[in-house]
Amino acid sequence: MTAASTPSSSVAYEARSLQCIRDDRILFEDLSFSINPGQALVLEGRNGSGKTSLLRILCGIRLPESGELLWEGADIFKLGPEFHEHIAYLGHKDGSKLDLTPLENLRIARGLGKAQEGIDLEDALDQVGLYGFEDIPTRNLSAGQQRRLAIARLLITDARLWILDEPFTSLDRKGIEHMERLFEGHLNRGGMAAMTTHHRIGFKEDIQLVRINLSER
Amino acid sequence: MSTLSLTSAFSLLLKRDLVLAYRRRAELVNPMLFFVLVTAMFPLGIGNDAKLIEAVGPGVIWVAALLAALLSLDSMFRSDYDDGSLEQFMLSAHPVSILVLAKILAHWLVTGLPLFIVAPLLAVLLNIPASAIPTLMLTLILGTPVLSLIGSVGVALTVGLRRGGVILSLLVLPLFVPVLIFATDAVKTAIVGIPTTAQLSILSAMLVGSLVLAPMATAASLRISLS
Repeated sequence: MTAASTPSSSVAYEARSLQCIRDDRILFEDLSFSINPGQALVLEGRNGSGKTSLLRILCGIRLPESGELLWEGADIFKLGPEFHEHIAYLGHKDGSKLDLTPLENLRIARGLGKAQEGIDLEDALDQVGLYGFEDIPTRNLSAGQQRRLAIARLLITDARLWILDEPFTSLDRKGIEHMERLFEGHLNRGGMAAMTTHHRIGFKEDIQLVRINLSER
Repeated sequence: MSTLSLTSAFSLLLKRDLVLAYRRRAELVNPMLFFVLVTAMFPLGIGNDAKLIEAVGPGVIWVAALLAALLSLDSMFRSDYDDGSLEQFMLSAHPVSILVLAKILAHWLVTGLPLFIVAPLLAVLLNIPASAIPTLMLTLILGTPVLSLIGSVGVALTVGLRRGGVILSLLVLPLFVPVLIFATDAVKTAIVGIPTTAQLSILSAMLVGSLVLAPMATAASLRISLS
């Protein structure tokens, strides 16, 4: 533990001996891994094995019972908002307001991050196949389209680490392939991802995947 | 640059909540309707004893305002919690307490300000002399924001619970009591014609204190509720 606490800035995001307890059950312990630019961490495991909990810990929404999380060598809980500007999180829930239009939702998402005036919101909607839907209340979109809107939120930040909890839920097969291309594009630009999915990921061969199976530990 | 984007995030969020409130305005009328109905029913219940109505008037208006505020509190973070927006706030690149302050301000503009606006009418209904109405308005403009600010801490703590309503009342009502005491006392003193500077100063102090402390406490409570 003492030897492990020396900062190592060569690694972008590092988790050291994480432990997570929920309802008096140990979901995982002594879990260590690192994510580097261009890599995607893929979490596997059966239902209730702690995939979502781990992703929430990686975001900093949930505290691990023990262990450290280091972003470029610095503790993420000390960095706070400075860490948050580097990540984008897509959870179980989309985080969009149903009474607002897709465009209004994206405008707020952009405002919550650091101001990036250069990014065109309509372009982001176009990339996820929501062109022409920007002025319709989000409530009237289908579940798959609402998921696409949530993915568009990733595109308008310049976050380096995308944390994705079941990003392909309710997407059709073509939609899944399309989103995989978007994720690949992010990784090829030196981005990182941490994700769970029950879908077999069809990334191209050159993408480095770090697989962790939480049920087999 | 960074303060500029912070103020724009603040105004963006304020505008967002006001637009959302406008699109679901049917729900918003509820607290206001409650406030008007309770205070309007009171004289009918008491009968035509003008002296008695005048004596209980300030208390009735303030108790009704307090309960109306309590009714509307739960909506402050509920829908954001349910649809995942709250998680996105927590992961914002801006301090959460500032974002929370924008939400509290929006909540007050939508639920507290209408009470302030209809209060003079209800004061007439309750036989409160015209000379005391400015004081009543002052206590409302100073006091109702305190209710929203203190209430936000309680809501943030209970938003993760499925049935947080009862706990919220138990948690928040005792903290509302000082506002109630000083506000009604100010109005009663004004009716008699004695200066009310002392009570109003204490209400202002409560407002400033809760304005500084409540957003931070709310941000911390939200963090607990989400983890």
